[in-house]
Order: sequence, then C-alpha cells, then structure tokens
Amino acid sequence: ADVEETLKRIQSQKNVAGVIIMDSSGRAIRSTLDDEATQQHCLLLHQLCDKSKNVVRELDGSNDLTFLRLRTRKHEIMIAPDRDFLLAVIQNITP
Amino acid sequence: DVIMKISKAAKLMERMVNQNSFDDIAQDFKYFEDASDEYRDGQGTLLPLWQFRCHKTGRLAVTAISWNPKYKDLFAVGYGSYDFMKQGKGMLLLYTMKNPSFPEYAFSSESGIMCLDFHNDRAYLVAVGFYDGNVAIYNLKKATSQPSYKSGAKSGKHMDPVWQVKWQKDDMDNNLNFFSVSLDGRIVSWTLVKNELVHRDVFKLPEVGRTMHELEGLELQVFGCGTSFDFHKKIDYLFLVGTQEGKIYKCSKYYSSQFLDVFDAHHMAVDSVSWNPYHMKVFISCSSDWTVKIWDHTIKTPMFVYDLNSAVGDVAWSPYSSTVFAAVTTDCKAHVFDLNVNKYEAICTQLVAAKEKNKLTHIQFNPVYPIVIIGDEQGCIISLKLSPNLRRMPK
Repeated sequence: ADVEETLKRIQSQKNVAGVIIMDSSGRAIRSTLDDEATQQHCLLLHQLCDKSKNVVRELDGSNDLTFLRLRTRKHEIMIAPDRDFLLAVIQNITP
Repeated sequence: DVIMKISKAAKLMERMVNQNSFDDIAQDFKYFEDASDEYRDGQGTLLPLWQFRCHKTGRLAVTAISWNPKYKDLFAVGYGSYDFMKQGKGMLLLYTMKNPSFPEYAFSSESGIMCLDFHNDRAYLVAVGFYDGNVAIYNLKKATSQPSYKSGAKSGKHMDPVWQVKWQKDDMDNNLNFFSVSLDGRIVSWTLVKNELVHRDVFKLPEVGRTMHELEGLELQVFGCGTSFDFHKKIDYLFLVGTQEGKIYKCSKYYSSQFLDVFDAHHMAVDSVSWNPYHMKVFISCSSDWTVKIWDHTIKTPMFVYDLNSAVGDVAWSPYSSTVFAAVTTDCKAHVFDLNVNKYEAICTQLVAAKEKNKLTHIQFNPVYPIVIIGDEQGCIISLKLSPNLRRMPK
C-alpha cells in the first residue's frame, strides 16, 4: 500500500545505505542489510532508542521521543520510533 | 498488518531523508542571502531551489498553481494540456516543500485541469475547473482519488474549457460557493447545496460580433470568451474579467447583463488579471501580445505598459510589497519588477528553464517565504528564492 511505496522511495533515494524495521523487543522484521549487520544494528539501535526515550521522559514527564538523528563522520542514522515498532535508516553523508 | 503501523514513522523518515539529500538546498532556502546584491544597483537574482516533478504526470503541462492558505509550505499543481489537439487526462498534485521528491496527494481525472483554487477558510477544499467544461470540488481530508462533488452535463457545466475558478464567501445559508469563468462567455456561480452543485449564471459576456456567417438570414451571436477573472479584495461585488479578444470588463455581481466598464486592454487574449493587494484601485493584466499593463480602474488608459519580447503566460503581485510583481514568458524567462526602484525596466530578468521546447506557464508568490514557484509546459515546477533586492519593503 502507500506505506510500502513510501519505504520503497526511501530505499531508492540516493545515499541510503539501509533500512531496518524492528519491533518493540528489538527483533528485526525487515531489513535491506545482510543478516549480520542487521543483528548488530538492531541490538545497538534498540538500546540507544530506549535510553533516549528514558532521557526525554525523565527531563519532562509529558514529553516523548519522536525522532532521533545520529550524525557520524561516515553516515547519518535516523531512527523513528512508533508505538510498537522502530524504523531506522542509514544514509551516507553527501560530501 | 505489520507494515501499516509504521505509516507515520515512514512518512517522517522520508522527509528527513529528503532533507539530507537536498541538504544544500534546504540550507540555501533558510539562510542564503545573496551578498552581491549590494553591488548590483537595484538588480536582483532568483536562486533556484527545489525542483518538483513526478513521472506520473507524463507529458502534461502545468496549468495552474496555488499555495494553500493554511499550510504555507503546501501547494497544489494542476496538470493538463493547453494544446487543442492533444487533450488527455489531467492530474492534481499537492506538494510540500518538505518533500520535494514525491507529492503528498495525487488525484487523476479524465479531462485536463485548467485552473484551481483553495478555499480561504477551509483549506482542505480545492475547486478545480476542467478542459471539458466541468468543475469539481476535491476534499483533501477524504482518502479517495475522486472529487467529492462534480458538475455534469445536466447540472449546467460550461461548454468550453473553464479558465478560472475562485471561491467566494459562504452565502447567507452558509453554503459554499465559487465562481467560474469559461471560454463560452458565461460566468457561473456554483453553490454546494445539500451535497450537490447547483449553478446560477451570473454574467454573460457581451457579444463581440453581431454575425459571423449570414446563411440565408441565419444570425450567429458570438459571445466574448472569458479567459481570466479576479475579485476585488475589499469591495466584494466588484470583479474584472479578461477575454480572448483582449478586452477587460469591470463588472458587479449585482448586475448580470450590464458591465460597469470596459477597457480595451490588449490585442490578444488576456491571460491573467489581478488586483493589487494594497492599492485598491490598481490592477495588472498580461497577455499573449507580449505586454504587461498596469491600470487604475477609473482611468481608461493603462498607467504603465511593459513589452517583454515574448508572450506573457502569467503575472502575479507580490504579497509583501505593493510595487513588486513578477511575470513569466514563453521564452522561459522570469521578470521581476519593482516600481519603487525602476519604473521602466525589470529589476531581474532570468532564464529559468531550458529554452528548447519549453514554455513557462504560471508563477505564484509564497505568502510567507521569499519564494516563487514557476510551472512550465513539461510538468516541472521550479522553486526560486528571491534575492534581497527583490524583497524591498516600501517605506
């Protein structure tokens, strides 16, 4: 449906290295990277996302995490947590 | 299904990915100010920003553009064809500046779209006029790709392409209504009554020639063909109609067969008329006869005439200044004028698209950001940032 198309468009954007969808427990549902990389990313990003959510909640109880962007020298990792799922996209930084 | 639940996250992610891909453009949009304007002696430039195009539109030309009054980064584009021989389908796409690679909403129709207008208060309603004479209202809140209300042959559609539609204030029963003008010479008011479009002929453009052919006493009356109109911002009943013969009629909603005044404006069809948003008496008109003219509606001759060396497709006043306006021509140039700075020449003339086989069709100023969007015949929309010299506020 529309969501499928959106995901396809994200994948086909230039510089997008990978797209991962995982559920609330950190298990990968869909990924465009190979298994090993997916497992690694899943575990680490899930922990990071949980920690970030806690930070936001503790600073202000009525606030919530909507989007997380991690910019490194080589890539940018963008994480969008939804109610029960997590969408992560890794994009190469345009020089 | 699993995938459905991340629709919001996916949408947000797409915008973020786009922002990253077009990072330099997004930075330019926000922060770039052309410093060389100080040395340019009043001249300005247009900085190209995003380009919006979608493969779905095929070979259709951009026939109408309009910014949404509520969400300042959303705009609607109507696609159709100006070519009489090549009439096909039409499309209505809504883009946001946050996502230049794909439209937010897309509607397709059997006939080419010629014009569109957002409702001022209810920004989710779009009135659209088609090449086959029909009008329709699209409701963006509903998920269907079909219009919510559409006129038909029985309900009084026009016999010729509808060139312009404009929403009016709700009438006394709180029904939505809008006006449309068409080549068949009728100006029709459409009212949405109990989920149906009801039409009422408001005006009929006066006859141009008494007889075209006299075949044994047969008289054909040719009515003037309307190509554009604009309602006055403050005086509600006053409006102007431009015709294919080059005349502009000043009319009132209360008189349906008599016009208040006529201006012999141009030698060819009047493509666009527009009241100045600040000066209540001034309006501008442009035409395929290569000229743009500025008028005072109490004076019969134009105050200013500009010859732009090529048929002018559209002209628009800027929302921030009463003396700035922009025009686009078929030779792919955009001209920006500021009457405060230079009364006789444009302060910016710039080639906006590739010249071969392309013509610029419409231009619109964004009400909030210093941006104009220009549509062309190949279906591409270019957004350009106005340099500081073009944005001078009058003192």
